[in-house]
Amino acid sequence: MDLFKFLNKDSQRSKNVAKERLKLVLIHDRSDLSPRLLEMIKGDMIRVVKEYAEVDEEGLDIKLTRMKRESDGMPMSALVANIPIVKVRENE
Amino acid sequence: MGKAIVITSGKGGVGKTTATANIGTGLAIMGNKVVVVDTDIGLRNLDVVMGLENRIVYDIVDVVEKTCRLKQGLIRDKRFDGLYLLPAAQTKDKTAVKPEQMLELIKELKEEGFDYIIIDSPAGIERGFQNSIAGADEAFIVTTPEISAVRDADRVIGLLESQGIHNPKLIVNRIRYDMVKRGDMMNVEDIIDILAIDLLGVVPDDEAIVISTNKGEPVVSEEDPLSAKAFRNICNRILGKEVEFLDLNNSEGKLSKLIKLLFSK
Repeated sequence: MDLFKFLNKDSQRSKNVAKERLKLVLIHDRSDLSPRLLEMIKGDMIRVVKEYAEVDEEGLDIKLTRMKRESDGMPMSALVANIPIVKVRENE
Repeated sequence: MGKAIVITSGKGGVGKTTATANIGTGLAIMGNKVVVVDTDIGLRNLDVVMGLENRIVYDIVDVVEKTCRLKQGLIRDKRFDGLYLLPAAQTKDKTAVKPEQMLELIKELKEEGFDYIIIDSPAGIERGFQNSIAGADEAFIVTTPEISAVRDADRVIGLLESQGIHNPKLIVNRIRYDMVKRGDMMNVEDIIDILAIDLLGVVPDDEAIVISTNKGEPVVSEEDPLSAKAFRNICNRILGKEVEFLDLNNSEGKLSKLIKLLFSK
């Protein structure tokens, strides 16, 4: 009983709650892009990618994050887009 | 040539002054000529943490305004060879010093032959912060495993970057391993993962810090406390030595927990 609870509740641990909240708040803090602008970029990207593939618009995720540049490990802001492709269009 | 390092955090109360005092003292004990500089004008505290509050005659404002000579402003710590304090002024405010004057001050301190100039930054990101980073070659960010402190650290990392201070290093202060173990405190990996900067050191939450601060004796000069070891490790890393991070068993997996659980009774 105790063990079950302990394995199951892990994702609800307060540190995970903190981590997720922090990640979200930092996305906004880090970007000079307003949420409105981000929505516009999102719309444009869908439009472009749609010319080549069928995309899952609901599952699309675009955000600003910080990562280390591969060449020299320097931290930098990056716009990361996750666009689930349902089906690639055949060449006409 | 000496190196100027600013210790900053954005958020207040995360341990900047304690870190400055201990890193400065630690580096001096290891044989370096060190000055710790308090830039928190109006709210000076590095003097009391160092236990040198009774010896202040002149302060940083007197030095930059040339009311006194640099050497007169520096307080020599008689307990540790090669350790000096430049205190902040208490009765003025942050506008009493300009970033250009700080730049000049740091230059003079380097000419004075200091190996390390450790600059204690005030909380916030306004003038006092700008002053503290003006002459810095490097930055150390202090944070605690709290959402507010990490958020502010992230903001400061961005500001430092925009001011041309790249690759700041992180000190995670006041980690409580019991809380990390039960998943109620972010661990060091979580924080590093989010901030994407290099780790300089991890300092556990330790009663010894409170006690040593009460006495005005930086904990790093003591042998046993875990926090003293953590600060010595930080100093050694600053000196370019490879030191392993204290093994405090914070990444214990479910399986080993389970095994412990089964064998505990």
